[in-house]
Formats: sequence, structure tokens, C-alpha cells
Amino acid sequence: MGAVGDTLLRLTDLSVDFASQEGTVHAVNHISFDVAPGELVGLVGESGCGKSVTASAIIGLTGMVPNATISGSIEFQGQDLLTMPEDKVRAIRGRDIAMIFQDPVTSLNPVLSIERLMTEGLELHLGMSHSDAVKRSIELLGEVGIPKAANRIKDYPHQFSGGMRQRVMIAIAISCNPKMLLADEPTTALDVTIQAQILRLLKKLSREHEAAVIVITHDLGVVAGMCRRILVMYAGRIVESGPAKDLFRTPHHPYTVGLLKSVPRLNEPRRDTLQTISGLPPDLAHLPPGCSFAPRCYLATDECWAAAPQLEPTDAGRLSACFHSDQLRRAAGAEVTA
Amino acid sequence: MSTAAATDGDTLVRVEDLRVHFPITSGVIFQRKVGAVYAVDGLTFDVMRGETLGLVGESGCGKSTTGRAILQLIRPTTGRVLYEGGDLANLKGRKLRDQRKRMQMIFQDPYASLNSRMTIGDIIGEPLLVHKMGSTAERKAKVRELLETVGINPNTLNRYPHEFSGGQRQRIGIARALAVEPNFIVCDEPISALDVSIRAQIINLLRQLQREFGLTYLFIAHDLSVVRHISDRVAVMYLGRVVELAENAVLYGEPMHPYTQALLSAVPIPDPEAEERRRPVVLTGDVPSPVEPPSGCHFHTRCPAAREGLCDVEDPELNEVRPGHWAACHLITGSAYPHIRAGEDDLAVVAGASEGGETP
Repeated sequence: MGAVGDTLLRLTDLSVDFASQEGTVHAVNHISFDVAPGELVGLVGESGCGKSVTASAIIGLTGMVPNATISGSIEFQGQDLLTMPEDKVRAIRGRDIAMIFQDPVTSLNPVLSIERLMTEGLELHLGMSHSDAVKRSIELLGEVGIPKAANRIKDYPHQFSGGMRQRVMIAIAISCNPKMLLADEPTTALDVTIQAQILRLLKKLSREHEAAVIVITHDLGVVAGMCRRILVMYAGRIVESGPAKDLFRTPHHPYTVGLLKSVPRLNEPRRDTLQTISGLPPDLAHLPPGCSFAPRCYLATDECWAAAPQLEPTDAGRLSACFHSDQLRRAAGAEVTA
Repeated sequence: MSTAAATDGDTLVRVEDLRVHFPITSGVIFQRKVGAVYAVDGLTFDVMRGETLGLVGESGCGKSTTGRAILQLIRPTTGRVLYEGGDLANLKGRKLRDQRKRMQMIFQDPYASLNSRMTIGDIIGEPLLVHKMGSTAERKAKVRELLETVGINPNTLNRYPHEFSGGQRQRIGIARALAVEPNFIVCDEPISALDVSIRAQIINLLRQLQREFGLTYLFIAHDLSVVRHISDRVAVMYLGRVVELAENAVLYGEPMHPYTQALLSAVPIPDPEAEERRRPVVLTGDVPSPVEPPSGCHFHTRCPAAREGLCDVEDPELNEVRPGHWAACHLITGSAYPHIRAGEDDLAVVAGASEGGETP
């Protein structure tokens, strides 16, 4: 929540359903959140929790899937992207909102040169001439750390390594000075030493271009060093949100507790066994009537099986969807005073 | 002969100067060899009985090829793999198959490594059939027992792999590996394809099985936090070579090789407060291609401490720099080694050597 109070992106009661043979898959279930200009937000969850579907809904790609139904609203700078005519959305997509995809190998068209890939957006959105666009592309490639960019602009994606391709994709994403970047697992396909380079680059670019970034990931380590605010998703719902430091120190949702405890960390002594979250994530076509996490939750009571808890404030800037978040807060408080 | 062994007494698997070079050929009929991918380029290490040896490195460093070459799934180009003293590289046919009973593999992708047309009972029972172990009834009983061991309901043995989740399939893969009661298991990235909340379940299962059956693991992974959790000793690979090998606490506590230092520093910690205090070292450039590995020390092109005329010319040997601590770096002399830290722009620089500086 930005200190200035202004909002760049506001999702209200967004739901995305997919019709399938096994019934309707509720990929995203009534989620609401805001992003302030220039804010770095982490959207964390496991595969199938709806984090990528949320991102593609924001950039208007979900609407292109024939069996998808979207409800709610996605307001970008006060205008609802879902009710806006397609040509207006097209002017925003790629210019004001840009996306960085997970897999740099499959998301760059292999038959187009880097020059074509880079200049397409610049010419389309900013109306640049081709020669200006090429010049700007070379600058951008330099900015994302591609050595001898002028010599490499005629190359094709296969001539670049994975890390370099991810840099090209980032250069394409920032080329039109977007106000919002959606980074969907931007470093999952990369090695650790390359991951460190890319995360650093994203942070720097966000600062220099004053762009808000939503980092979508399953890796808690990636968002810990980068994002100031974290949203945790489970089975299509946001189950907890809050400032990164508070949320990592004292999670207010048992799923977040489980996630944080199930990963070993380099800065902690080794433990004999890792704490696990028992069971499996639920089938999104047949969600349980109460809290979706109840079947795996160590705090679950009858109440949790009967009704789904709402996302409610638990502390300054913090929300949690759990009937027992008070218990977690008290336990954390006792730990601090002890 | 230098071998990276902790003690010589209880070695289960010894790898000596192992090399796997994949030929690159040209031409349609007369395939000329025009080059080679130097996937594994001179590995020497021991796996002690009952331990977990972690093998870490970035993609393309040859860690999976190493695992496969040890089990002779890929034939090594040169070098020896000694299992309880006997060389596997010379074995063929039935003799090799007999040895395979004692070493098994758990694969990375639980979707691709189970035959989708076989029931899980048949999948787990197949190794028993191949090695002609037990009667039909005995095999069936064994399969049920194995399913129970890995935490899957034995009544599901007539189901097919697609009816199970990723984590359950990985358990089935583990049960198959355990079927012939091996001593040694190569775990090739066994949890990378799984969800975060499922990973911990599989790691705990692997550790529990190790205690129960006295297994020896070669645990191949790129996730350094997981390797630290599960391993007794850890070997770090870079472009087909081991650059450092030490006891877990030593390697993570005081890494000496510049690459290990940079690699460990790059691992993000899921704790914003720790991340704020930390300055990760950024290495420049990418991992070079194993088709044309750099001359001399393979890491010299990215190493902030590299010395011209030495590191780019001479291959460093894997030396025992301290008891039980092996490293391959010209700049480690005695117990002095280059300290890597984040300099300007977080790029890796050398902070100087420990204990009175480097020898000239």
C-alpha cells in the first residue's frame, strides 16, 4: 500500500473460471489487491494456485482463452481493463503493462531476429522509425547488460544463452517504459549465479524507470530480497498479504507458516527433519466448501470445514484469511517476549 | 594417486579420472568426428559407505552425466568406476546386470520416468522380474511392502501412474529403486520437479529410508540449501570438473574455491532481514560451453582472482588443502585462499587472502 495513497492497479473481486470436462475449474477465486506506482510486490504460491492466471488476466491474455470466464474488475490507472474495448487494451498491453515470461527459450520467437523482436513494440507503441527503434534497442540491450549489443542485434534467439535470452526479454519488456512489469517466474529457468544477476537487474530497472513490478514465484528466497510487500496465494485465493519483513517474521496464516518451515535455509542450523505440509493441494474443480487449506491445516477446527474465512486485517497493512490467525499472532507475540 | 576420500577404509564407490566426452559428428554417411562435448572431464572422488555425497553445480556442469556414468547408463570415455573395488567400466552383459542390483537411480521427472502403460505394481515389480528374484506371490508381497514403505496405499497397486500426483509418483519411483535392495542410489534432482510443500515430504522420506536400510546416496541437485540439508559431504562441480569437495559444515562454513564462494553467496535466503544485511556477489558472464571449455582452470574466465599466465594456462589439480577438504585452485596455498566479496556494483572482487596473504 503506497504511502502516497495513489493506486496504479486495483483488482476487485477478480475470478477466473475455466470450463473443463471435469467441471468448472476455479483458478482464481474473488481476489482483490492494489499495487502502488513503483511498488515491488511478490505474488507467491505453488503451481496451480492461480498466480500465473492472475498475471495473464491483468495483461489481458486470459480473455483470449475460449473456455475462460472472468468476473470482477481490473482497474489500471482508474480504467477497467475488462470492460475496455480490445483496441484500447492493445494500446496499454506491451506499453504500460509488460510481461516477462518464465521460459526465455520458448517465449522468444525463434524465427525472428533480436532486432525484429526488439523494434516491434517501439515502432507499434511509440511510433518510432525503424532506424530510431534500432538505435534505442541497442541502448536497451546495453542497459540490460548484453555486451557488444550493436554487433548482436542481427542475431537470433538460439545464439544467446538462457541468461542472455532472459535479458533480451527484459529489454523488450522495458522498451516502452511500462508503468507495470509482470515477471512470471523470471528466474526459475536460470542458474543461481545467473538468477542473482537477473534479480539485481530487475530491481535496478524498476528504480530507474519507476515501474511497479509484480514478481510471481514459488521461491520464497527470490521475493525476500526484492519485494516489500508479499501476497500469498493458495487454491485461487489470497490467503495472506503484508509487508515482507513482518510476513516472513510472523506469518498470520498456517499455510505461510508451513511454506516457510518446509524450505531449508543456508543461514540457519541444519535440522534433522524438515517440517512438512501434509497432503496435497486441492482439486480446483472440486474445492471443499470451507477453507481450501483446512484438509492440510494443523489448526483446522469444525468452523474451518463449514465456511471459507474472509481476508481480514490482522495488523498494520496485513491481511489474513484464517479463523485462527489470532492464535498465530499470540504465539508469535509470546515468542518475542520469551 | 590423489583421491578425495575422507578415510580410505570404507569406500563404496570410487571414481577415478572419469571422463565422458560426447562426440559431435558431421556428414551423413561417413560421420566424421568434428569435436566433442566435454561433459565430464576428469573426475576423481570417493563415496563412503552409508554417507550422502551431495553433487552440486549449475546446469551443464556434468553432474547428471556423472551420475549416469557411475551406473554405466552412459559408458565413460575413459576412467574407472570402482564399486567395492571392482571396476564397472569393464563389465558387460550379465555381469554388469548383476552389479546393477546393488545400485539404483531415482530420476528427476516423475512424469517421464514411469511407463504410463504399466500399473504401478508392475513398475515396482519389474526390477524383481528382471533380476529373477522370488516367485510371483513373493514378488507381489514385496511390492505391497515397498508401497507401504514409501507411504502409498498398497491397495492401489493396480492403478496407473496418471492417477497419482507428482509427489506420489516420485514415491513410486523411489519404491522401484528400493525393490532390488540396493546399497547405493543415485538421486538425480529427485525433488526439482515437485511443488514446494511436497519437496520436504520427499526429502524426509529419503532420509528415513537411508537410516532404515543403511543406504548410500549420491545426491545430485542444483539447490544448495537442499544439498546442505541432506548431505554429509558435498562436491561442487564446474564445467565437468570437481572444484571443491569437503564435509558439509566445512564447505558451507568456509568455502575456499572462488567459484564455491560466489555460488553460495548467490543463493537467496527466504528472510527479508537476512537479505537486507547480505551483499551477494555477482559473477560476470555465463557458464562457458562444454564444447570449448576455457584453457587452464575452467573457471578463470569468470574468476575475479584469476592470474594471467597461470590460471588460463595450467589445469589446477584437486588437492587436499586441509584434511578432508579438497580444492582445485592455483591460488590456494597452504591454508591461504582468495576471499571473494562484493565490490563496486556488487561485482565479485578479491578481498585478499587469508592468513598472511598469498605467497608471491
